[in-house]
Amino acid sequence: MSSAVTNNPFTNSSTAVEFRSVEKRYGQGPVIIEDFSLSAARGDFIALIGPSGCGKSTLLKLVAGLSPLTRGELIFSETNPSNIINQAPNSNADSTYDDLAYVFQEPTLLPWLTVAQNVALPLDLRSVPSNQRSTLVRDTLALVGLTPRSEYYPRQLSGGQKMRVSIARALVLSPHILLLDEPFGALDEMTRDHLNEELLAIRERLRWTAFFVTHSVAEAVFLANRVIVMSANPGRLHREIRVDLPYPRTTATRRDPAYHRIVDEVSQLLRSVEELTTV
Amino acid sequence: MPRQKIFSIILPALAGALFIAIWHFIRVSLSEDFRFLLPSPSEVIAAFSEQGDELWRATLNTTAGATLGFLSAVAISFTLSLLLSLSPLVRVTFYPYLMLLQMTPIIVFAPILVLWVGPGLKSVTIITFLICFFPLAVNTTQGLVSTDRNLVELFRLYRATKFQEILRLRIPAALPYFFTGLRIAATLAPIGALVGDYTAGSSAGDGGGLGFQTIIYSSQAKYPALFATAAACCALGFIFVAGVISLSWLMLHQWHDSYERADT
Repeated sequence: MSSAVTNNPFTNSSTAVEFRSVEKRYGQGPVIIEDFSLSAARGDFIALIGPSGCGKSTLLKLVAGLSPLTRGELIFSETNPSNIINQAPNSNADSTYDDLAYVFQEPTLLPWLTVAQNVALPLDLRSVPSNQRSTLVRDTLALVGLTPRSEYYPRQLSGGQKMRVSIARALVLSPHILLLDEPFGALDEMTRDHLNEELLAIRERLRWTAFFVTHSVAEAVFLANRVIVMSANPGRLHREIRVDLPYPRTTATRRDPAYHRIVDEVSQLLRSVEELTTV
Repeated sequence: MPRQKIFSIILPALAGALFIAIWHFIRVSLSEDFRFLLPSPSEVIAAFSEQGDELWRATLNTTAGATLGFLSAVAISFTLSLLLSLSPLVRVTFYPYLMLLQMTPIIVFAPILVLWVGPGLKSVTIITFLICFFPLAVNTTQGLVSTDRNLVELFRLYRATKFQEILRLRIPAALPYFFTGLRIAATLAPIGALVGDYTAGSSAGDGGGLGFQTIIYSSQAKYPALFATAAACCALGFIFVAGVISLSWLMLHQWHDSYERADT
């Protein structure tokens, strides 16, 4: 079976990304991801959760085109063109900006650039005209509430602020797909909760499709409308839980019994998966 | 912190005064016959005015050799480091020899260099170049290949060209390493030029530098002048190091952790 990344139009136009029996292994090493199939609708917020080594982060790298798949297909919708792989930048006038952005575990900022310059980096690399650039940077910094810090250097910021800059940098290109690899894992719980709420508030305005890797069940359920529980060795899709809590979700959501029920459900699933893995 | 600032001026000044006092004390306690071995501070100062023109000319010559050797080492080592960092194959092939050459005492080549290019500025420049080259090349290469993997992936994700990756990511990220090498090279350059001049200097043409002057003064038993030569070399080294430290501060203090966090 051939592996491919294509951007065929879907019959169902609301699909953003589709995994079809995706397999990933590095060289002759063990299979990291096996027979992974998932269809993400436009606007889906998909949380990926599972024991370490289940290939959650690898899945994001596959979507980002940072790593090739070994089997299966990864299909992007046409209005969501994956010019990430094997394709020149889009000539379409209104999709000047990239369609995919990645937020790493670490803030991954360039320490020698100011906050504003860091956010402008994707625009610089694309040679976006400077007048357009400053407007976009200003708007995006306002979105994450960092306007007063725009001339600071990363080392002058707290962990939470650095992560905000990282998110702003991802959003500045108005991506259709947002990949977040445990972005708040290193932050304290208060900051994490706060940033989760902010992320959802931004989502109300910019409707991207998100893939969010996390170790926190509470975070996954709070953010996502679909939680994917994965099992490890090799990484497989174990079960999908739908979270039918209405958006916008706020602090009130965290007190909702329905929310706690789903958190319990996912926790139990995760526990059973981890037992499976250790046996 | 004005109090600390005052101390940071007064204490070194006191130590310096104490040093000169001890120097003077040792000298006067020596018997008349051996006093020539340790000239007094005033004799050294006198040597500066007596041998002033000679020393000034020699210092300028050594400065020229040190500067030319240092700058050419910076330019060529940087180019080589870029090449080494771009291709793992080139790196694997040549890196061991780079290390090997670092172990080689360059001064051994001085007589051959004199035969090849003649004594004087050319030889001194080449010797300085060789001495400065390796710490620069090794540090800069290390810096260029140590770029944070995530940052490299970030650039790939945004489909940055290789040129953008080098110019906007690898080179700025390598700057702290580069400056470490530059600092080592800056201390080596005046010493390299002095030693180079000692072994490959010449009275012909430009009239030699501080190394050559060292040979002359010791043969003439002008010991105060030797001390003055050492002081001139010290001053040259100080200018080199201070220059590099200032440049490094200028380039790094705003963002790099080796400098104190700026006030927020």
